[in-house]
Amino acid sequence: MYVSPIREPLITGKKTYKKITDEISAPIEGKAGKAWYLGITLTLAALFLGLAMMGITIWEGIGTWGLNKTIGWGWGITNFVWWVGIGHAGTFISAILLLFRQKWRTSINRSAEAMTLFAVMCAGLFPLIHMGRPLLAFFVFPYPNTRDLWVNFNSPLLWDVFAISTYFTVSLLFWYVGLIPDIGTIRDRVKSKMKKWIYGFLSFGWTGSAKHWQRHESISLILAGLAAPLVLSVHSIVSTDFATSVIPGWHTTIFPPYFVAGAIFSGFAMVQTLLIITRKVLNLENYITVGHIESMNKVIIATGSIVGIAYITELFIAWYSGVEYEQYAFLNRATGPYWWAYWIMMTCNVISPQLMWFKKLRRNLIFTFVLSIFINIGMWFERFVIIVTSLHRDYLPSSWSMYEPTMVEVGIFIGTLGLFFTMFLLFIRVFPVIAIAEVKSVLKSSGDQNQKTKKS
Amino acid sequence: MERYLSAYFQDEENLLRAAKDLKENQISILEVFTPFPVHGLDQVLNYKRSRIPTIGFIAGAIGAILAFGFQTWAFVYDYPLFVGGKPNFAIPSFIPITFEITVLFAAFGMVFAFLIKSNLGPGSNNKIYDERITDDRFLILIDYSEETETKIKEILEKEEAQDVRVKENKM
Repeated sequence: MYVSPIREPLITGKKTYKKITDEISAPIEGKAGKAWYLGITLTLAALFLGLAMMGITIWEGIGTWGLNKTIGWGWGITNFVWWVGIGHAGTFISAILLLFRQKWRTSINRSAEAMTLFAVMCAGLFPLIHMGRPLLAFFVFPYPNTRDLWVNFNSPLLWDVFAISTYFTVSLLFWYVGLIPDIGTIRDRVKSKMKKWIYGFLSFGWTGSAKHWQRHESISLILAGLAAPLVLSVHSIVSTDFATSVIPGWHTTIFPPYFVAGAIFSGFAMVQTLLIITRKVLNLENYITVGHIESMNKVIIATGSIVGIAYITELFIAWYSGVEYEQYAFLNRATGPYWWAYWIMMTCNVISPQLMWFKKLRRNLIFTFVLSIFINIGMWFERFVIIVTSLHRDYLPSSWSMYEPTMVEVGIFIGTLGLFFTMFLLFIRVFPVIAIAEVKSVLKSSGDQNQKTKKS
Repeated sequence: MERYLSAYFQDEENLLRAAKDLKENQISILEVFTPFPVHGLDQVLNYKRSRIPTIGFIAGAIGAILAFGFQTWAFVYDYPLFVGGKPNFAIPSFIPITFEITVLFAAFGMVFAFLIKSNLGPGSNNKIYDERITDDRFLILIDYSEETETKIKEILEKEEAQDVRVKENKM
C-alpha cells in the first residue's frame, strides 16, 4: 500500500496483529499495580467527600451554598458547563475525526469517549443537586401529571434536559457498539470461567463474521454522522441557557459557536492530561505516540484561537454596541472585583495555547501536560467569569453583591473530580483502553514497518 | 449433515485474493471471520449494502414527527398559554428538542436493527468457530464437494492457508 513518506507512523515498534492484541489487553489481564491502588484510594476519598457534601446540600438545602439572591448560579452551574465541555472532545474525536477519515483517531477514541461518558455523568449531577430536591427531578420530563401542566418547551433549560440526556445515551450507544468486537477479543483470551462468562455476556455473542463487520462499519459511520451535529448542538443549547436571557454579558449571539469551540478546547486538554499519564503507566507509547499528542495539540491551538477571538469579539461588540450597560459589564469583568478571575481566564486560554505554534513545545510531553492543566483551569474560570461577574452587578446597585463558595460547594466539585477519575481508573482495568480492532485495521497503512522513509 | 472446509490465513490480503479466486471458480464461501473489518471483502463476497442507514432514517423521521407533533399538540391544543403576546405555535423553539429526539430515535433504531439482524445481544449464544479469529487469524468456511476439492486446495495453498480441514456439521 502506498503511504506518503511525510506521514508519521501512527503505530511504532513494528507491531503484528498478535502483538497489538497482547499489549492492549495486558492492563486488563495483569494485576493492578501499586500506583493504581494509590490512585483509586485518592479518587474514592474525593468521591466520598463529594457524596457527603451532596448529602449536606440535600439534607439542609441550597442555603449551605454561597449563593444569594443576586448570584443564583455559582459553582454549581460553572462546574456543570465545565464538565459538559470536557465531554465534547470524546465525541469530537470519535465522530468528527471519523467523518474526516483521520486515522490517528483510532488510538485515542476509546478512552476519549469513555471520558465523555464520565464527564457527562459528573455534569448531570449539578443541575440535579441544584434543584434542591433531587427526588422531584422527574418534574423536568413531560409526563401526564395531576397538575395538568406541561414543561415549558420554549425554555433553553428544558432543551438542555433533552440535549444532555440524548447526548449521554447516544454516546453510550456509540461507545458500546465500538466496544463489542473488542470485548469479544477479551472474552477469547481470559481463562477463568467467571470472566469468560462476564465478557461473553458483554460481547453480545460477537463472532467476527464478515457480514457483521459490514453492518458494524455502516452503523459506526452513521452514528458518527449523527453524533457530529449532536455534539455541536449540545454546547450550543447549553450556551442558550445564557444567551437567551437579558443579562448584559450573557445576551450575545456569539455564544453558541464560542461555547462549542471552548468545549472542544477544554475537552482536548483533559484528554491530554489523562492520556499522557495513561500511555506511560500502561506501556502504550507505541500506540499513543508523540505524533498523536502533537495532533491533539494542533486541535488545541485551533480551538484555543477561536476562543481567543471570541473573547476579543465580545469586547469589541460591547464597545461597538454603544450600550452603556453592555460596556460596563465587560469593563467590570476586566477591572472589577473579579478581575483576577478574568485575567486567569485570559492568560490560560488565550496566551498559553499560542505557545503550541512551536513544534518543539508541541512535541514536548511535560510541557503539554502542564499546559493541559492550565487550559483546564482557564476554561473553568471562563465559565465562572461568565456566570458570576455577569450576575454580581444586578440592575439595581442596591442588589449588588459578591459571591464566595462554601466548603460544601468546593467539596461537591472535588467529589465530581473523584467520580470522574474513579470511573476512568475502573475503565482501564476492565475494558481495552484502545480500540483493538480499529488499530489493527490501520496497521498496514500506518504502522512503522510499512513506511520506507519516516521521521523519528 | 453438511460438509464444509475451514482454513486460516494470517494476512487479510491473502484472504481477499483467495476469496476472489474461489468466487471466480463458482465455489461458494459460507462464512468469513476476521479480527477487524477487511475493506473490499463485502464486494468480493457479493454482500448487499447494509440497510442500516435506511432504518436510521426511518427511525429518525418518526422521532422528528413525534417530537415536533407532541410539542405542537401540548402548546397549541392541549394547554395554550398566553405569555407576553408570544405565539403558541413557536416553531423555532421547538427545533432543538425535535433535533435531539430525532438523533435519539435514529441511534436506537440503528443499534437495535444491527443487534437483531446480526443475532447479537446480551445472552446471545452464537457459535464461535475459533478463539483466534478475534486476535490475528482470518477464518474462511468454504462449501465442500468432491468435484471442487482439488481446485479449492490449489487456491488455498497458493495463498498460504493453514490448517485446511474438512468438517462436518449442521450449519
